[in-house]
Amino acid sequence: MQVTLNVRRYDPDSDQPVPYDQEYSVDVDENATVLDGLIKVREEVDGSLALRCSCRSAICGSCSMRVNGQAILACNTKLTDVVLEGGRVDIEPAGNMGLIKDLVVEFDIFWDKVRAVEPWLQPEGEEPESEYIAPNDDMVHLAGVMGCIMCGACVSDCTVLEVDRNFLGPAALAKSYRFVADPRDDADESRLDELNESGGVWDCTRCMMCVEVCPKGVDPMGRIMSLREKVIDAGHTETYGARHAEAFTRMVRHSGRVDELQLPIQTFGMFNVKEMIKLIPVGVRSQLAGKRPPIMHQKNPGMSNVRCIFNRVEDKR
Amino acid sequence: MFDHDILVIGAGLAGMRAAYTASQSGADVAIVSKVYPVRSHSNAAQGGINAALTDRGDDWEDHAYDTIKGSDYLGDQDAIEIMCREAGSEVISMEHMGVIFNRDEEGKLGVRSFGGQRQARTFFVADFTGQALLHVLHEQILKIGARVYEEWFVLSLIVEDGECHGAVVMEIRSGEVHAIRAKAVILATGGLGRVFEPSTNALICTGDGMALAYENGAPLMDMEMVQYHPTTLKANGALLSEAARGEGAYLLNSEGDRFMQEYAPNMLELASRDVVSRSEQTEINEGRGIDGCVLLDVRHIGETLINEKLSQIRQLGIDFANVDMVHEPVPIRPGMHYQMGGIKTDVNGLTNIMGLYAAGETACVSVHGGNRLGANSLLDTLVFGRRAGDHASNVVRSRQHSDAITDQYAERERNRLQEMLNRNGGGELFGKIRLDLGEAMNTHLAVYRDQQGMETALEELKGLKTRYDRVIVHDKGKTFNTNLIFTLELGFMLDCAEAIILGALERKESRGAHTRTDMPDRDDSNWLKHILIAKDENGQPDVTYQDVTITQWEPQVRSY
Repeated sequence: MQVTLNVRRYDPDSDQPVPYDQEYSVDVDENATVLDGLIKVREEVDGSLALRCSCRSAICGSCSMRVNGQAILACNTKLTDVVLEGGRVDIEPAGNMGLIKDLVVEFDIFWDKVRAVEPWLQPEGEEPESEYIAPNDDMVHLAGVMGCIMCGACVSDCTVLEVDRNFLGPAALAKSYRFVADPRDDADESRLDELNESGGVWDCTRCMMCVEVCPKGVDPMGRIMSLREKVIDAGHTETYGARHAEAFTRMVRHSGRVDELQLPIQTFGMFNVKEMIKLIPVGVRSQLAGKRPPIMHQKNPGMSNVRCIFNRVEDKR
Repeated sequence: MFDHDILVIGAGLAGMRAAYTASQSGADVAIVSKVYPVRSHSNAAQGGINAALTDRGDDWEDHAYDTIKGSDYLGDQDAIEIMCREAGSEVISMEHMGVIFNRDEEGKLGVRSFGGQRQARTFFVADFTGQALLHVLHEQILKIGARVYEEWFVLSLIVEDGECHGAVVMEIRSGEVHAIRAKAVILATGGLGRVFEPSTNALICTGDGMALAYENGAPLMDMEMVQYHPTTLKANGALLSEAARGEGAYLLNSEGDRFMQEYAPNMLELASRDVVSRSEQTEINEGRGIDGCVLLDVRHIGETLINEKLSQIRQLGIDFANVDMVHEPVPIRPGMHYQMGGIKTDVNGLTNIMGLYAAGETACVSVHGGNRLGANSLLDTLVFGRRAGDHASNVVRSRQHSDAITDQYAERERNRLQEMLNRNGGGELFGKIRLDLGEAMNTHLAVYRDQQGMETALEELKGLKTRYDRVIVHDKGKTFNTNLIFTLELGFMLDCAEAIILGALERKESRGAHTRTDMPDRDDSNWLKHILIAKDENGQPDVTYQDVTITQWEPQVRSY
């Protein structure tokens, strides 16, 4: 099978270091992965093509990159699954991290954020002579998040990190969850305090990109949502994030739908002048776009069903 | 130039365990790794780690016996005793650090069965135990704030008058070459799988440490002992863990028979790896294979258990063989997996060069002898990584940095690299040479070997070395020059291949993974000994022998 790998290249040592596209036409097996194609280029056609790769079995996390605009692991993505019309595949470096060369990006920001969540077990009291006793279900549950291979696909495509470098990001927050949910770790309180701060769990916009691109099913966003609940349960009910979640739930329970006019008021507080002023341009824009929510909130006609859902969920808890 | 008490080369389990221990003992430790630590190949160990926990009725001597029998009596029994005795505390230490081992109903560590052992004593995290251990050890390295030179590549060791004083390294990102002075160097660079094609090993497993030690006159031991893993995928050589058979998987031939009943009536699919690989190869050679493979069948285990304990290998089957193992058996074959041999060390990791240590797959203590048991490799890395770190941290207290070491060592390497980069025309890229090397090794030094094949391999190796002398590097830049790195790695691999072939030609019997069709029997009277290969003063390989250490288990006929 003939494919054209359209690779975004960058050589910082050249006279004019700017990214450019280069096409490589390679003949590969039907089962070949994107990585097989790139290795073929590197070993037979153009040795100067730089990329990181190692295990070829989606366990080392080296070969994250963007294919057709989305972060993937090159080693477990088959070319036949991503080839575009005309036999072309667009390959670019991972996003949100600085360029070093070709498909190699700076991972510094990734590790800085992981380090920031103090990613090590912090038990209290004396170590037992033998192992800590812990339920198997808890360990199996943690295996889901320990399965993270730190490939950075989620960080590459995180839409918050794109605009806010202060955000801890999906990988570091998932790592933090791994300790908060570990029955052997006794630092939950300080961990949750930190996660409640700016850059923490409340800065996720729930765009789902991290869940979509994660090659290991770690579900970073799901972990962030669980951390939010734990943060609230730990008594942090006064942040905007917590109040937003509270108000949202209250409204839906009460009327079957969100009162969009009241939601920001209840989140920020009526007398929070600074935040209220910030809302004015949003209000004006929505008015102009014809999307202003109704002044008088209207209940959802099917609200008794919504309440049934609430009752069911609460029973289950 | 940088100074450290101890320089650890490699950040897999052995390297980080050594660094952690030495650092806890107060030494100034730095790790150099050509990849980020969590990218290391320890990741790939899926099935688990063996330990006889005495508080639940297991006996370390049973574990030792299984290991010795598995090694086909080539393992040194004093070293094996140490490993098996210290296994329990090592597993518990890792649990305390945070490893999420699977548990039993009481919340204590659970076990699974593994090949070549009469007791279930393999502790595990689903089917990614290596990754779970590696990431936790990396967490501990972050916690203690040990210095890690990430993505730095080792070019050479600094050895003068039989003493090691450091290493010359290249910062891959900038291309800068530095000398690092150290009072002790611990090589923990892992295996050499890429010498073979295909191999289950990662692309970084290029035998760097073995070649560096060999270059400087340290002997490599039992290099002919190359393990072929019984269950690898045909498409890309990817590994399907022994955990599958540990959980009860069957091996079937084209006639649907569980052929291991013929070869190992007691242990069946869970016989030692060399035995299972040979049996598979015999089935394939005698026409009872399917397209060069036999079948691994887990269907009877059921989807729920497969998802809980074998989810990663199910995914590998889907990704690389188009087979969902829940519904159909997957074609597999023996594939190059592990190097039992390596740099000869004592039980503290010390080589015959003062100040130079080795641990993990790059070393040969020897605890695996002719054949390693599944789930003993993780144990080897941790026990002997710790012991090397411990020993080195004691030794460096009374050692000084050598004043004779200056930047000239780095300068020499800068010149060598420049000469390589300056070459134009006449030669070829590294890729085809590497492929030809791998295929020659996989043809002539695989599960079954014979004199003629091994001699052919040696002849081909000569040709490959000539081609390598003229190899060209396309990338002339300084920044992240992977082209240059791969070319240097190929140099290491050619040296390793030489030692493997010479060792194999030397051993005139069949033992463990070294099975000769022209000399099919084990010969204890002549070959119950290690084969050591070291470069002499003229750089020529020189072969010597060393007796196997036997403590309490006399060699017996080996059947499973």
